[in-house]
Order: sequence, then C-alpha cells, then structure tokens
Amino acid sequence: MQEFLEFTLGGIAVGMIYAAIALSLVLIWRGTRILNYSQGGMAMFTTYLAWLVIRDTGSYWAGFAVALAAGVVLGSVLEYAVIRPTENKAPLNAVIVTIGLLILLEGAAGIIYGGQYRSFPAAFSIKGLKAGSVGLGISANDVFTAAAVLAAALILALVFRYTAVGLRLRAAAFAPAVARLLGVRIGRVLTLGWALAGLFGALAGVLVTPSTFLYPNSMDSIFVLGFTAAVIGGLDSPVGAVVGGIVLGVVLSYAGGYLGSNLVLVYGLAALVLVLMVRPTGLFSGAATRRV
Amino acid sequence: MSEAAALAVEDLVAGYGGVPVLEAVSLTAPPGTITAVLGANGAGKTTLLRTISGLVRPRQGRVLVDGTNLARRRPEDITRAGVAHVPEGQGVVTELTIEENLRLGGLIRRGPARAAALADAYQRFPLLAERKRRQAGTLSGGERQILVIARALMAAPRVLLLDEPSLGLAPRMVTQVMDLVRRLRDDTGLTVLLVEQNARSALAIADRGLVLNLGQVVASDDATALAADVALRRHYLGF
Repeated sequence: MQEFLEFTLGGIAVGMIYAAIALSLVLIWRGTRILNYSQGGMAMFTTYLAWLVIRDTGSYWAGFAVALAAGVVLGSVLEYAVIRPTENKAPLNAVIVTIGLLILLEGAAGIIYGGQYRSFPAAFSIKGLKAGSVGLGISANDVFTAAAVLAAALILALVFRYTAVGLRLRAAAFAPAVARLLGVRIGRVLTLGWALAGLFGALAGVLVTPSTFLYPNSMDSIFVLGFTAAVIGGLDSPVGAVVGGIVLGVVLSYAGGYLGSNLVLVYGLAALVLVLMVRPTGLFSGAATRRV
Repeated sequence: MSEAAALAVEDLVAGYGGVPVLEAVSLTAPPGTITAVLGANGAGKTTLLRTISGLVRPRQGRVLVDGTNLARRRPEDITRAGVAHVPEGQGVVTELTIEENLRLGGLIRRGPARAAALADAYQRFPLLAERKRRQAGTLSGGERQILVIARALMAAPRVLLLDEPSLGLAPRMVTQVMDLVRRLRDDTGLTVLLVEQNARSALAIADRGLVLNLGQVVASDDATALAADVALRRHYLGF
C-alpha cells in the first residue's frame, strides 16, 4: 500500500513535467497546426543558460528567471525568423524546419558547452518527505515542481478565458480567417503562442534537469513523453495536456515501480502507439467535430 | 467626385491565380446608403467584397474609404480602417460563447468603447443577451447570421460588407435580417454593400443597385429603377 502511494505521488510529480512539455506543444499546435519537434532542444538550451547564470551568480532563482525569459525570447524569435517563412507552404516544410532546429540547437549546445553531463541544482530539498513515519515517495522539490507547473497552467487558463489576449489566442486557433477579418493581427498572435510555448518548455527544462543531468540531448526522452502526454490529451486541448501528463506520469510510475524502471521510455512509446491506435484524436480533442 | 462617398471602388481588377474575376469594376456608395450587388453565380460579387476587405489582393484599382485608399492593405488593417466584412456562410466561431464572439469583434476598439459596444449590442439584440454564456454553436442559422452582423458592428465600422446574409435561411428569417440591415442604415448611418442572390429582397431595402456579369458592371442605378427594368430582371436577376 505504501509503495502504491509512493508510486502515485511520484508519478504525479513527474507527470507535471510531461504536462509542461505537452502544454508547450499544444500551444503551438493549436495556433499553427505545426508539431514543434525542436521543443525539447529549446528547453535544453534555455536550461544551459540557467546553468550558466546559477554557476556565475550562485542564485538558483536568477537562473530560473533567466531560463523562463530566454524561453519566451527564443520562442518568439524562432517563430518570427524561421517558422513564419514556411507559412502558406506545404505543412511538411514547417515540420522539417523544426526537426532542423532541433539538430541545430543540440549541435550548438555541444559546440558551446561541450557534451559532458553536468549536474543541475534543484530548487528545494530532494530528500523524501514523510507523513508521520510513512514515506511519501516525493520530495519538497517534487512538490515545487508540481505546484510550479500547475500554477503556470492555471495562469494560462485564466489568461485564455478572461483577457483580450486570451480571446485573440483562442479565436486565432479556432478560426484564423474570421479572426483576421475582425482585425486580429494573426502574425503577432502566433508569435505570442510560440513565446508561451517557449516559456512552458523552459519551465519543464529547469524542473526536470536536476534528475536527468544536463547535456545536449538531455531533453530528448522527456520530449517524447511530453508528446505522448499531448497526444493522450488530444494535442488541441490545454486541459487535456495537463491531464495527459498526469495520467502518463502515474502509469509510467506504476510500470517502472512494479515492472522495473529500465524500460520506462519503452513503456512510454508503447503508450503512445496504443493511444494513436485506439483513439488518435486523444481524450479531450474536439477535432473530430470541427471543420479543418 | 460630386459627393463624398463613404466607399468608392475605382477600376478594380482582381482574380485568383492568372484568372481575372473582376475586370475594372467601379462603384460609389454615398454615406448611409445600402447598395445591392446583384448578379448570377460566378459574376464576381463575392470576389468584389473579398477584394475590398483585402482577402484578395487587387491587381489594379483603388478602394477608397472616406477618401483613403485601402487597396493592397492587409485584411486586419482594412478592418481597422473601418470596413467590416461579414463573409458568406457561418463566420461564427462555434467554440466560443456568444459573448466571446461579440467581444472578439470589439477588440480593435480601445478602453470604455469596448464595454459600451457590448452594451449596445445587447440592447439591440436582446436574443443574444439572453444567451450570452452559451456556445455560439448552439444557435440556429438565422441567429448565427444576426450574431455575425452584431459582431461586425462591435468594431463601429463605417462600411459593412454583407455577403449573402439570406443564404440558407427560412423566408421569415430572411425578412428579419433584411429589416435589420435597413434599420442599421436608418439608425446608425452605416454604409452597406449587400451581396445577394435574392435580388428581390435586396432591392426592396436598397437605395442603389449594381448588377455584375462576368466581372463587369452591366447596370448601376437606383434600386427602384433596377427593380422596374423588366428586361434586366429577366436577363440577369431571375425574377
């Protein structure tokens, strides 16, 4: 029973990181119908910047803030400079461009920072928490991780729902042609979508890297799992992304805990294939009922 | 030009790819008038509206709104310059609520004008006020047409481009929508370009009319004169 509790809570904590990656993918997919394969590479890159700042200033929070800001800047710049020229071209062009970006970012990180594994600090203690004498399987840092992603997702939901910017983002996602005719500057809205995606990716990067080490490919497997979470959620739905992340985190935590942890990534890929076979539109997508 | 036109189109040439659809179309719409744009399928009526609102880039010609040439600007900038385009079919964003659809139309306004526009819309369209929190997808065809017109008005346009507002509506709804367009002209001094298959209904509320055939203006006159021209009606308007 205690094992079950530990696996569940631990799974939720890891799942929130998948949720953050999934959200970053959903934000771009909704606006542009592009799957951003470079999301993991972007998150890796911003985490390196955080690592530099933490090393030089000694302040974790300075690094944390720099990573998030860098995510926003990187997302906007990439959309404006690299993705926008692929607009109105075949959808495959944008996909190839994002794969190219991934290779570029990982290559550049290797050239600039070297390929060795570097440790990245956690915000809070990574010692397991206990309720009385019962181990919970999660640390203070895990609680922070889950809370940070949840808070960011809630803020995003409130912005979507209650602000003019959020209305523009949703309208541009659902009906770009209509939005343009109503005076919405779609280009800016898409840039904003990428900026927000960069933010969520960067958040995932700094939150997950304490447990994976930092190296040019460090986000590859997290990206795959985040993508799986996004697919479970339907790729279209921010709520689905968060739920998909938690579900995947918990399922993989049980699989890793009860069946052995060596094959977690394989289980993740199996889950992806299974979802694509059984319910390719995901659990929360309205795509089936929408004209494209 | 003798009187200041709210909307003037001069020698507009436009099309898709290499095929010209509009061949030197000109029209003048004085402020506070309804101009019916009539003609058979493929005459270029919809393309005319799409070119005025910037969805199609004209190859030649000018689109003057209150004297400013808007030709070849982007659709979002033309909207901001005071031209509202309600395209054919359902432009309702079904995933948003009715209120969100309306607010979307008013986003280009600043400050208190946004809230005032929403209050105006609810006063003019109590039906929308009653259901503002519902998904727009729950509305019927006629209600959606009223919503998209109300949404276009949120931007306080000078010129309203209406493409086939009666398409697919029950006769009773057609009358309602036409009445609405007439009242908008009378109450707010809006200038309307009304594209319609339903020439009889359109001419009944229009001040002026324009008949397009194969991308050219073949007749342009007072609405009553066009409606009285039996040969023209039989030849181009089908009633």
